[in-house]
Amino acid sequence: MPALPLEEAGKYVAGAYVVFLVLIVVYVAIMAAKLQRIERELRELAGLAEQRNGQEESERERVTADV
Amino acid sequence: MYGKGLKTLSIVTTVAIGLAFALVFFYAPLDADQGFVQKIFYLHVPLSIVALVGFIAGGAFAVAHLRSGDRRWDAVSYVCIHLSVIFGVAVLITGSIWAKASWGHWWVWDEPTLVSFLIVFLLYATYYPFRYAIEDPERQARYASVFAITAGAFVPLNFLAVRLAQSLVHPRVFATTTGGLPGSMMLTFLACLAAVALLWVTLVKVELTAKSASGQLKRLRRALDAPVPRGASRVAPEVSL
Repeated sequence: MPALPLEEAGKYVAGAYVVFLVLIVVYVAIMAAKLQRIERELRELAGLAEQRNGQEESERERVTADV
Repeated sequence: MYGKGLKTLSIVTTVAIGLAFALVFFYAPLDADQGFVQKIFYLHVPLSIVALVGFIAGGAFAVAHLRSGDRRWDAVSYVCIHLSVIFGVAVLITGSIWAKASWGHWWVWDEPTLVSFLIVFLLYATYYPFRYAIEDPERQARYASVFAITAGAFVPLNFLAVRLAQSLVHPRVFATTTGGLPGSMMLTFLACLAAVALLWVTLVKVELTAKSASGQLKRLRRALDAPVPRGASRVAPEVSL
């Protein structure tokens, strides 16, 4: 097949490079969503740990007061 | 652990991709035969080389897993294969676009290079259902490693078979007696290969960092005796798959 003229070849070349970039962007977006989920879970666990810490603290104070 | 040096690697990868694409469009000469369409070569071929090497790397890490019994090697093997499958999708799409532009068809079934890559891609596409069909994490990791080693050994054999097939349609530009790429094209190609390889390594590190963080979160959740969120059944000690 003879070489395509620049304006027609340009569409194919742009298509190939855009596909590559779109795949990378989609991948990065998926990873960003995962990172958000990890951050949310971490915040939730930090809250839980703080809550437990507070409970243990008040329990200790109560025991000291009783003694 | 896996995130160490990720920022630097990401910056180097971005710069490398920018430089490589600048070489493609502003330095490499137009191909006398195919013209501007040949620019797809600088993306398509590095992607396919990196994807195939990634599959072999997945097999090598699977060997390390079976030898040591350390599940972290299985996680690395999984991520290598996962990223190579994604790169494989890009190879198939960019290859089809190039085929349409230079041969007039989106796909040519009697071309060994295309069909063999499709076979390798489909083989690795079965890795996911195969892996996640096994509930027990230990058995899952072991069977997945055996798959990764067997399929990884198939990749170079497949490559050799295709080279021996000597098709007349798919051009051979490396190490042929009829002459290879001119210097400027070879330099551009090598820059693109390095950039795509760096991108693959960066994405492997990103994926491993995310999986490691997810695994550590699960450990923390167990230590705190917190309720496990839905869809978090596949638990690994260090890295969550």
